[in-house]
Amino acid sequence: MAQVARNRRGGNDWLREALPKLVLSPSLAMVLIFVYGFIIFTFYLSFTDSRILPSFDLVGWENYSKLFRIRAWDTAITNLLIFGSLYIVICCALGLALAILLDQKIRAEGFIRTIYLYPMALSFIVTGTAWKWFLDPGIGLQAVIRSWGWESFTFDWIKDGDMAIYTIVIAAVWQTSGFVMAMFLAGLRGIDNEVLKAAQIDGASNFALYRRIVIPQLRPAFMSAFVVLAHMAIKSYDLVIALTGGGPGTSTEVPATFMYSYTFTRNQMGIGAASATIMLMAIAAIMVPYIYSELREKS
Amino acid sequence: MSSNATATVVRTGAGSRFVIYTLLALFCLYYLLPLYVMVVNSLKPLSEIQAGGMMALPDVWTLAPWKSAWSTAQIGVEATGLRPFFWNSIVMVVPAVAISTVLGALNGYVLTKWRFRGDTIIFGLLLFGCFIPFQMVLIPMARMLGLVGLAGTVPGLVFVHLVYGIGFSTLYFRNYYQQFPTELVRAAMIDGAGFFTIFRRIMLPSSGPIAVVCVIWQFTNIWNDFLFGASFSDFDSQPMTVALNNLVQSSTGVKEYNVHFAGAIMAALPTLLVYIVAGRYFVRGLMAGSVKG
Repeated sequence: MAQVARNRRGGNDWLREALPKLVLSPSLAMVLIFVYGFIIFTFYLSFTDSRILPSFDLVGWENYSKLFRIRAWDTAITNLLIFGSLYIVICCALGLALAILLDQKIRAEGFIRTIYLYPMALSFIVTGTAWKWFLDPGIGLQAVIRSWGWESFTFDWIKDGDMAIYTIVIAAVWQTSGFVMAMFLAGLRGIDNEVLKAAQIDGASNFALYRRIVIPQLRPAFMSAFVVLAHMAIKSYDLVIALTGGGPGTSTEVPATFMYSYTFTRNQMGIGAASATIMLMAIAAIMVPYIYSELREKS
Repeated sequence: MSSNATATVVRTGAGSRFVIYTLLALFCLYYLLPLYVMVVNSLKPLSEIQAGGMMALPDVWTLAPWKSAWSTAQIGVEATGLRPFFWNSIVMVVPAVAISTVLGALNGYVLTKWRFRGDTIIFGLLLFGCFIPFQMVLIPMARMLGLVGLAGTVPGLVFVHLVYGIGFSTLYFRNYYQQFPTELVRAAMIDGAGFFTIFRRIMLPSSGPIAVVCVIWQFTNIWNDFLFGASFSDFDSQPMTVALNNLVQSSTGVKEYNVHFAGAIMAALPTLLVYIVAGRYFVRGLMAGSVKG
């Protein structure tokens, strides 16, 4: 009897010890297989001659060397650099400016914040649809202003291969800048007012207060904003599809649309996998140090 | 961000306050402009838009574009309107949000109150999974869904959203439970309470706010997703975003801008309503997902 009881307790102890890990294990297993396993799979495919279906015959770096000779990929990378840098810089500048303005004991602050932030709740497809027709020269802004009497007014960037990428910047900034504003506002609210009061007593102007004391203290907010925006820029796909569909021609191709069309419509899966791998490398270069530092700080 | 945060001590004179309010109001107009364009143009006949009247209020108010977008507009090859796809999105979102939130709560509980060696690394692995470019998993996922017979189905989409949503829901609950006093959990353990008893009796009753944050975040993300919907659904299982895009991009016939705008509002309404009702939680979710990883 005693033996049985002890055995049972032994079993219970084991269960009690293992239960938390058991609860965690389905999630961990899913992530290990469907994130990391799949990453390895795609990475492997990028070294194979996969076309319409995955193949396991290795061809070395061929896909990568082909990839960098494809004009559309060149366009995609250039576009990502143009779009990404403008997107990040404008969002940060606008977000910071709005946050500072909104931090001046504004009446109805909550209401204004709600208006600035609602685009974040929308799908990029909705945003893309709205801006697509608003920027369309035939019916949108250009047509409206012409109908008001300024008949030579021209704003047809969305139809112009050289300018179309900037319309994506316009729509993307509209969608995300309110969010960046919220991040900076949170940073502003965390600043110690004592230092500011002391500087005020010393006669510092408002401009000097912001330039010398406030903005330097917003470094963590800048970091977060940069990481979030850079990672959104690299992943941006929906907005491009909805706004320009990658066109006119291939003028607004970005890596995400390139990967999709090479893999699923042009049946060049090996090259598609190679382009996805490069996107992952770019994201990892930004996210891994960030996650690492955040987790280390905490523990 | 501490809750007792206060506004700045910087003082501004009457003149600059006038400038500040003007600027803030102008930016309100800027952010509201596309919404205005969508709403007014969804309520006017197509001819008014074609005549260059996009910014004007309708001369003739009509609900016809809404009716058309909902039940008769051409989506792809069939004239079904957006209605069936709206339901697809609902049927996809509800289970995906529910399951990922429950799993996230349990994971967060384990990772903060039942810590073990290597738990931070596991959390890091889960977290990085949220940020990968999903292009990296499209090919194998399409294969796998095909192999298990879930390709082109709503359950397949639920599964995909569940897998890639766990990282964020775990993040929310982990960060929230980290603030929760571990002594309470210890005391309950000494009293003999087990893993699930502690979770149900001690953790869950105080998890309301973070559960709301998590549900809203997952709902918004999954409802608004386009990439997975476009990759893994077929005509019958398309979510709303994909159907809207098909409606707008369809190259046959006259472009019915007013119907497109009505459809866009339909796709936006659920997340917009959530934002209006529970905006505070939405913002908290955004911040928790970025500022404090």
